[in-house]
Amino acid sequence: MKAAGINPAADALIRVQGVNKTFLLGDEPVHALNNIGLSIQAGEYLSVMGPSGSGKSTLLNMLGLLDVPDNGQYWLNGADTVPMSEEQRAVYRRSHIGFVFQSYHLIPRLSASENIELPLILAGIAPAERKRRLAPVIERLGLGSRAGHLPNQLSGGQRQRVAIGRAIIMKPRLLLADEPTGNLDSQSGAEVVQLLEELNADGITLIVVTHDADLGRRASRRIRMVDGVIVSDDRTSSSDAQSRTDQSDAP
Amino acid sequence: MIRTRDQLNFSIRALLRQRFRTLMQLIAMSIGVLAVVLLTGLGEGARQYVLGEFSVLGKDILIMLPGRKETSGGMPPMTGEGTRDITLQDAQSLLRLPEVERIAPLVVGNAEISRGARSRETLVLGTNNAFFDIRHIQLARGQILPDLPLDQPSPVCVIGTTLKQELFAAEPALGQWVGIDTYRCRVIGILADTGTGLGMNMSEALIMPVASSMQLFNTEGVFRVMIDVRSAMGMGVLSRQIEDIMRERHDGQLDVTLITPDSLLKAFDSILSVLTFAIAGIGAISLFVAGVLIMNMTLITVSQRTAEIGLLKALGASSREVRQLFVTEAVMLSLFGALLGTLLAEILLWLVRMQYPEIPFAAPLWATAAAGAIAVGCGFLFSWIPASRAAHMAPVTALQHQNGK
Repeated sequence: MKAAGINPAADALIRVQGVNKTFLLGDEPVHALNNIGLSIQAGEYLSVMGPSGSGKSTLLNMLGLLDVPDNGQYWLNGADTVPMSEEQRAVYRRSHIGFVFQSYHLIPRLSASENIELPLILAGIAPAERKRRLAPVIERLGLGSRAGHLPNQLSGGQRQRVAIGRAIIMKPRLLLADEPTGNLDSQSGAEVVQLLEELNADGITLIVVTHDADLGRRASRRIRMVDGVIVSDDRTSSSDAQSRTDQSDAP
Repeated sequence: MIRTRDQLNFSIRALLRQRFRTLMQLIAMSIGVLAVVLLTGLGEGARQYVLGEFSVLGKDILIMLPGRKETSGGMPPMTGEGTRDITLQDAQSLLRLPEVERIAPLVVGNAEISRGARSRETLVLGTNNAFFDIRHIQLARGQILPDLPLDQPSPVCVIGTTLKQELFAAEPALGQWVGIDTYRCRVIGILADTGTGLGMNMSEALIMPVASSMQLFNTEGVFRVMIDVRSAMGMGVLSRQIEDIMRERHDGQLDVTLITPDSLLKAFDSILSVLTFAIAGIGAISLFVAGVLIMNMTLITVSQRTAEIGLLKALGASSREVRQLFVTEAVMLSLFGALLGTLLAEILLWLVRMQYPEIPFAAPLWATAAAGAIAVGCGFLFSWIPASRAAHMAPVTALQHQNGK
C-alpha cells in the first residue's frame, strides 16, 4: 500500500486517495466527499462540474488546503498534507496555490496593485523585490492604467483580473478557480477565461469549478461530481502524457 | 513572515478605512486617559498646594491661639465666661522654658494705608523680628523690623511688593513715611515677592512692630503666638509645659490651644492622598470602560472582516499573523488614544494653571504612565480574545461568510 502510494505521487502534482468529508447540515450528515480518489499531473487543465451540493466546492477547498478531509490522504507536490499543522498548510497555500473566487475577495481599502502585492507582503518579501515582481504581472493583466484604482472603481472583469494577478504573483504551480466567471457578463467572462487558459498554456495547473457547461467543456479533462462522488472523468486526448487512467482510484 | 513595517502599514490602512469606528475608539480611549491624568493632576495640585502652604512654617514650630479648641471631637465648650486674651506678657513668659528658642506674637488686622493722595485698605501684621526668620520671609531691600522689647512700639514698617507698587509705583520707598489710619511709620524694608502663605497674601501686607499694631487696633490680645522650638523632639512634653504656664497665668483656666503644623500637615496629606487615589480610581474605571468598548469594537470588526481574514489565510497568512494584525490595530488605536488623551489633559491642566497660578496643578508622572500603560494594556488584552477567535477560524468558513452561503 505504501509503495503503491509513493510511486504515483512522485510524478503527479496532486494525488488524492480515499478522502471523505462529512458536514452536519442541521442534524443531517451530508457526505460532501465520498471516498474520492484523484490524480492530477502538473500542467493539466481540469474542470469540475456538477449540481449544487455535489461537493465540487468542498473538493476545491480541500485541494487548496483551505479545508481538511475527515480521513484519507492528499499529497501535494510530493508532500503528505493531511498531517500538516494549520501553520504549515498556510505556508503551502502561500507558495504553491493560487485562488480565484467567484466574488473576487479583494480588500476594498487597497488599490489594485496593492491587492496583487498582498501575498508578497505576507511572505515578507522586501519592497524592492516586490516592485520588481509586480511590474510584469500588472503588464500582463493589462491593468497598467488602473493599477492605482480601488476595487470599487473597477469593473467586474478588471476586479477578477486583479484577483488572478494576486493568485499568480507567488508563481504557484496550482491555480484553483471557483466559478471565476459567475459574477461576470459574457464579454468579461470570456476575457477572464482566456487569461486563465493562457496561464495554463504557460505551464500552471488549472482547476476550474463551474456550473457553466460551455466553460466546463473547454477543459482538456472534465470531472463530474454527484453527491460527493466522481461519476465521470473524461479527457480530450490532446496530450498522450496524460492518457494513463487511474483505475486504482476509481470508486 | 510579514515585515513589521508592512504590518504597521496594513493596520494603519485598516484604521484609516474605518474612520468612524477609529474615531469613536480614539475618543473613548482618550477620554479614559484624559480622566485619569486630569483628575490626578487636579488632586495632586491640591495636595501640593496644601503641603506648600504648611511647609512655609517650619517643622519645629508650635502655634498658640486664644480659646480652647477641642480637636478630639465633642462640642466646643459653651463659653459663658469668655476666654482671656493672650497678652504680650504671656508670650514673653514662654521664653522661660529652655526648649523655647524664640517666639513671634502676631496681631492681624485691616487698615487703610495712605501716602499722599494714594491710599489702600490692606492687611496689617503686627509682630517682631523673629517672625521673619520663623516664616522664612526674604527681603528684596532694606531691613527687617528692629529687635525691640515686645512692648515697645516703633514707627517703622516693612511692606510687600504689591503694596509698594501701589503706593510708590517706581519711586524709592525706603525711608519714606506712610500713614496707617491715624498712625505714621517709616518704610524700612520691602519684602521679596514670595507670594502667599497660609492664606495671607504677603505681597499686599504691611508688617509693623507688635506693640505699635496693638495701639493701632486698640487691643490687648494677640491673634497667634508662634513658638520656635529648639528641637522637634519632645513636642508633646513641651506642649504640656506651655499649657501649665498659661494655666498658671490665667488663674487655673486653660484657655489656649496649641497646634503643631506637622500634625495638621500629616492629617491633610493623608486625606488628600486618599482623595487623589480615589479620583485616580474613578479615572481608571473610565479607562476600563474604554477598554471594553475596544473589545466590542474589535469583535464587530472581526465579524465585519471575517471574509478578509479568510482571504488572508487563503493567501498564506498564519493564524499568528492574522491575530497580530488585529492586535496591532487595537494597540495602535489605544496608543494614539492615550497620546491624545494625555495631550488634552495637559492642555486643560495648563489652562487651569493659567487661571489659578498659585496652585501647582500637574499630573504626577506615575499617573500619566499608568494611564498610558492601562490604555495600551486594555487595547492589547481586549483585542486578543476576538483576534484569536478570528485567527482560528477555518479559512473556508471565513471566506463563505461574505458569500452569505
